[in-house]
Amino acid sequence: MAVTFETAEQVRETTEQKYKYGFVTEIEEDRAPKGLSEEIIHFISAKKHEPEWLLEWRLKAYAHWQKMPEPKWAMVSFPPIDYQDAFYYSAPKSQADGPQSLDDVDPQLLETYKKLGIPLEEQKILAGVAVDAVFDSVSVATTFKGELEKVGVIFCPISEAVRDHPELVRKYLGSVVPYADNKHACLNSAVFTDGSFVYIPKGVRCPMELSTYFRINAQNTGQFERTLIIADEGSYVSYLEGCTAPQRDENQLHAAVVELIALDDAEIKYSTVQNWYPGDENGKGGIYNFVTKRGACRGRNSKISWTQVETGSAITWKYPSCILQGDNSVGEFYSVAITNNAQQADTGTKMIHLGKNTRSRIISKGISAGRAQQTYRGLVRISPKAKGARNYTQCDSLLIGDKCGAHTVPYIESRNRSAKVEHEATTSKISEDQLFYCRQRGLGEEEAVALIVNGFCREVLQELPMEFAVEAQKLVGISLEGSVG
Amino acid sequence: MLEIKNLHATVDGKEILKGLDLHIRAGEVHAIMGPNGSGKSTLSYVLAGREGYEVTEGSVTYKGKNLLDLDPEERAGEGIFLAFQYPVEIPGVASTTFLKHALNAVLRYRGQEELDAMEFVKMLRAKTAALGIADDMLKRPVNVGYSGGEKKRNEMLQMAVLEPTLAVLDETDSGLDIDALKVVADGVNSLRAPDRSMLVITHYQRLLDYIVPDHVHVLAGGRIVRSGGKELALELEKTGYAEFAGAAA
Repeated sequence: MAVTFETAEQVRETTEQKYKYGFVTEIEEDRAPKGLSEEIIHFISAKKHEPEWLLEWRLKAYAHWQKMPEPKWAMVSFPPIDYQDAFYYSAPKSQADGPQSLDDVDPQLLETYKKLGIPLEEQKILAGVAVDAVFDSVSVATTFKGELEKVGVIFCPISEAVRDHPELVRKYLGSVVPYADNKHACLNSAVFTDGSFVYIPKGVRCPMELSTYFRINAQNTGQFERTLIIADEGSYVSYLEGCTAPQRDENQLHAAVVELIALDDAEIKYSTVQNWYPGDENGKGGIYNFVTKRGACRGRNSKISWTQVETGSAITWKYPSCILQGDNSVGEFYSVAITNNAQQADTGTKMIHLGKNTRSRIISKGISAGRAQQTYRGLVRISPKAKGARNYTQCDSLLIGDKCGAHTVPYIESRNRSAKVEHEATTSKISEDQLFYCRQRGLGEEEAVALIVNGFCREVLQELPMEFAVEAQKLVGISLEGSVG
Repeated sequence: MLEIKNLHATVDGKEILKGLDLHIRAGEVHAIMGPNGSGKSTLSYVLAGREGYEVTEGSVTYKGKNLLDLDPEERAGEGIFLAFQYPVEIPGVASTTFLKHALNAVLRYRGQEELDAMEFVKMLRAKTAALGIADDMLKRPVNVGYSGGEKKRNEMLQMAVLEPTLAVLDETDSGLDIDALKVVADGVNSLRAPDRSMLVITHYQRLLDYIVPDHVHVLAGGRIVRSGGKELALELEKTGYAEFAGAAA
């Protein structure tokens, strides 16, 4: 399989020659040539005007990556990835390349936007239509920025943070997900080009929900995003990532890394709605979403809560986890994963209990339709020092039709006798009785399925921030269209 | 209003209804009584359009339309409501949410304006008050953990909200104590209207003490074998269904 990029042809022509003669960092070119090498990493680092320590870190990651095997344990299958057949750096896409108005956009995509109730201006951004510089969200973002600055919250692209807040980035980058963690995270460490940085100072409750959507420069979501969020003592932040609208991207491989750090009495709530292009009904052209997300509850009484609604991508490989180091710290994982047609998802969480009286809660709802295969994979580890640790896990799977599959693979390791670990799992189908009951009351088949599935996911959806929750409910229905009848 | 002619229907290849005729006019309440296995529930499912209930012969016309051509949700839109013998649980979906979706789907079908949240709540309050239903029940997921009586009361509420023109009550009395039975009967009676017909399917006569029908039919062996006024129900109470046993052949 080739990792493709839409301007591939054009770029090859302009860069191949230079590459032949040894590509060096000083070249004023907006795109790096195809393939991965030390030179490319030098190039990326130079483009970003990065300090020496970061370049060295990237190079170490790259050296390690070359020796690392691909993780093979997930229940997903795809042809081997040809990493050399991809581009690892490109400047933001020129607006002239994109569609010039909504009339040029795939009508099917527009139909979905309409169903989700997305305002026209937002539709343009999502579909990659050229928008005026004086666009509402820019001024909104500026207003937000001012308000955040007042309380000392830092919210900026990570490349900007490397420049402006090097001491924070250097201290925390890779401290939760080391570059050698896994092959995908290692690749990200070597070549990441964009992502968010958030720092909430001591005792500050972030006055608004932070969303990637409002981040300046957010229009080109990177293929290798790197997000770093630090909540200092006694602070609180709620962060929203992704959006419910189907996002198209020509980059097939996505390997993001998200690191969260919560110090004493701090709380981070991280919500994701992931709806990358799942490919056609055979999965062709869909995104491979190989993400490493991990939070460290470093401080006492700290809390990290992950909520995810995963409906997109051809393949999802994702395990947002919590390392519960601080005594009395709390980790939560609320997940809805929907797979339809030929989608594959292997997702779950890890709760690593290190501190005393640490608590974790896992609520996972998996819905499979079509020929999709889905696995919940979760680890609950209680270390010898985690006296009084508690975990509650609930995994429910819902099957629609008889060609899909749901699998639950819980790993539980308890090394402390005082720990209490509970695991509950169910697998069910939408019954013919339920469907008939709904239809007798006037609901069409698809509306009935959407309602029943939303009921099934309710515990998770209610964890989402209000405005996100409403959209997510609609998304649940849309994701399952065509799965019955 | 509803005209059933020579209806034959099979379930899993087995013929259950064998030439059933029934005519219900607007505003009439008909009761269908019969022994177990006579085809009572099959009739209600055939009218509602449940999958697996195959009509092999005959016709069903409703308000001049061929009912058998329509999907279950279209029939609901046309005004057919089935009160279930065993109402189905829908975990995680609050009764209010369910009702709102159902009502708006039906209004959409009828080409009427959907209700917004405020209008809906106002309407619902009035209906629940009339039926003596506590708000608390509406917040709970549909039929999950409801008592037998609550389930039936909820069916009555759905009926009141959806305002059908033909309500089919499939053994609504099963599993109810006498108090619950009265509540359900009161609900049904309060919904009697000149433009609303009802088909009350029951095994026992006692429900008909509270819902007094205009016509009573005996269903046996997949056909209506006897019809009469409300006094027929009392007669059956005394004699039982034994004399109709032969009709099954």
